[in-house]
Amino acid sequence: MKGVLRFLRRSRTKRRARTDGGTAEKRSTARRWLDSDIVQSAPFWGPPFLLMGFFVYASIGWNFLLSLTDYTGFGGADYSNLSLENYRMLIEDPAIWEATRNTFVLLVVFTITCLVIGLGLAILLDRQVRFGRGFRTIYLLPFALSFIVTAQFWRWMYNVNDGIVNQFVGIFGIGPYSWLGNPQIVLGAVIFALVWQFSGYTMVIYLAALRSIPTDQYEASKIDGAGTLRMYRRVIIPQLRPAMVSASVTLVLFALKAFDFLYAVFGGYRPRQGADILATKMVREAFGQSEWAYGSAIAIALFALSLAVIAPYLYSQYTRGNL
Amino acid sequence: MSERSVSVGEETGDETTTGFDLRRIGLYATMLALVVFYLLPIESGLVTSIKTSEALINTQPFAPPGLDGVTLEKWQFAFDTLWSGMINSMLFTIPATILCAVFGSMAAYGLTLVDWRGQVAVFTLFIAGIFIPYQAVIVPLTQFWSQYAMLDVRLGLILTDRTATLLELIITHTAYGIPICTLLFRSQYKTMSWEMIEAARLDGATVWRIYKRIVLPLSVPMFAVVFIFQFTQIWNEFLFSLTIIGSVSDPAASATLILSGLGEALEGTDYPLRMAGAFITALPTLVVYLLFADEFAEGVEV
Repeated sequence: MKGVLRFLRRSRTKRRARTDGGTAEKRSTARRWLDSDIVQSAPFWGPPFLLMGFFVYASIGWNFLLSLTDYTGFGGADYSNLSLENYRMLIEDPAIWEATRNTFVLLVVFTITCLVIGLGLAILLDRQVRFGRGFRTIYLLPFALSFIVTAQFWRWMYNVNDGIVNQFVGIFGIGPYSWLGNPQIVLGAVIFALVWQFSGYTMVIYLAALRSIPTDQYEASKIDGAGTLRMYRRVIIPQLRPAMVSASVTLVLFALKAFDFLYAVFGGYRPRQGADILATKMVREAFGQSEWAYGSAIAIALFALSLAVIAPYLYSQYTRGNL
Repeated sequence: MSERSVSVGEETGDETTTGFDLRRIGLYATMLALVVFYLLPIESGLVTSIKTSEALINTQPFAPPGLDGVTLEKWQFAFDTLWSGMINSMLFTIPATILCAVFGSMAAYGLTLVDWRGQVAVFTLFIAGIFIPYQAVIVPLTQFWSQYAMLDVRLGLILTDRTATLLELIITHTAYGIPICTLLFRSQYKTMSWEMIEAARLDGATVWRIYKRIVLPLSVPMFAVVFIFQFTQIWNEFLFSLTIIGSVSDPAASATLILSGLGEALEGTDYPLRMAGAFITALPTLVVYLLFADEFAEGVEV
């Protein structure tokens, strides 16, 4: 909190050039109010804030209110009889716990794998290779495609009969597997496809961070006789921490939004057994079964989950004055 | 993205000047293997989309068909099915992208260049909007658009259902695009030269004038980045399409929504059709991406 206050004070004291120079004291209070920065800047940030605030913050509040009702889509919701019933159901529903477990597995495994592969790609590209730009464009290409499009490709790749993935594992004498049909491996298959799509994103984040490290640090570690591996481990990688933090926050958010991919790869609201996550469960309850209030409660759980990830991140950015 | 002038490889001294040693070869071999990894699903989709049914059975999924196994029939059919969706997607993506960029730039200016207590707190509220899972808002959102918003009723006489839905999508995408656009512009505005703006202020220029005459011209490159990035995001978005439009047969159905149900039949999945549809749907973003790869990467890394 101290950092927040310090930052607020700092931003108040810098850049204080007023158009009226030293004459401010002589003006009337109303005139000073009109000239104040908050009034002058409000037309710029006010309208976007109202629009965004209504759709984001008011909607979340409304969603919370809906989660306390027993609304099932007929007429309007009844707000006179609010209870935590939906949250009790949530806790007692084994399908929710399975979806929560899958969500966590997806978040953790996907994020870590993307971070590792993205770092590897960034280090490779930072070694001043020829056609570096071309390689970067290719590695980042899947990120430019929508979940719905990449899901088409991976359905085909994971195809039991003649999918490339089965052909590939067949070389090693294993398989064929029903990658998307087997509850034991389906989540792994989904994560693999998502890593394919998003590791290029992590690479770009790391690459920007690598390029901002001054070259004399590479020189210094060379003079100290450090090998390449040692240099990366001791000197370079520790400095990539901020990039890693910001990349993982976004990756977690992508994983929470993996609904689109699951919807398209399984062809509907209900993913195969073993691949249900909170995001798919929520949409299925609300839009598939018309359990609007229950769906809203799952949505609040999902929101709380993402808040748990981003709140510490935003707070650290805030205290460091990065915002 | 600024390229460092000195090569890291040379700096660390483990690469010889010829560049033909084993390490170098290993490096390129790894990178080419990765190219195969990242392109194979896309390449396989592309060759599959042009195969006749015989070629589909007789050739490997990644191998191109022989000349007699090529057909554009699936592309033709996918194009006919997706055409209206492509138009709809364009109709809401382009206005929403422009609005997002304009609002984002204005908000970032208001929160950066004009200095007042509490701007950081408001900015944090903006930024937090980036991280909202859409699941947390879609129930109220669909409720709002279907029951409480009077848009359909009030404008019912002038607007068709399709136009009304497209308008809803434009407003929704704009609202949810503002946070990321504000962040992108703010990262630039924070590092902007201050002397010029202070001088203009001392000369008596209003905040509007400063924005119009100094800030906007300086943010043209950032507008390009934001346009490219945001266009891709909105074009690719699916959950809003699914919940606000609702059905594939709706006249306002987006390209992603139509694609999600394409080639699904009782007798099985028509993979070549799906692949052709995937490429058609991805075409606008692919073109944008390949033409503006650097700007796109810049948008990602901020």
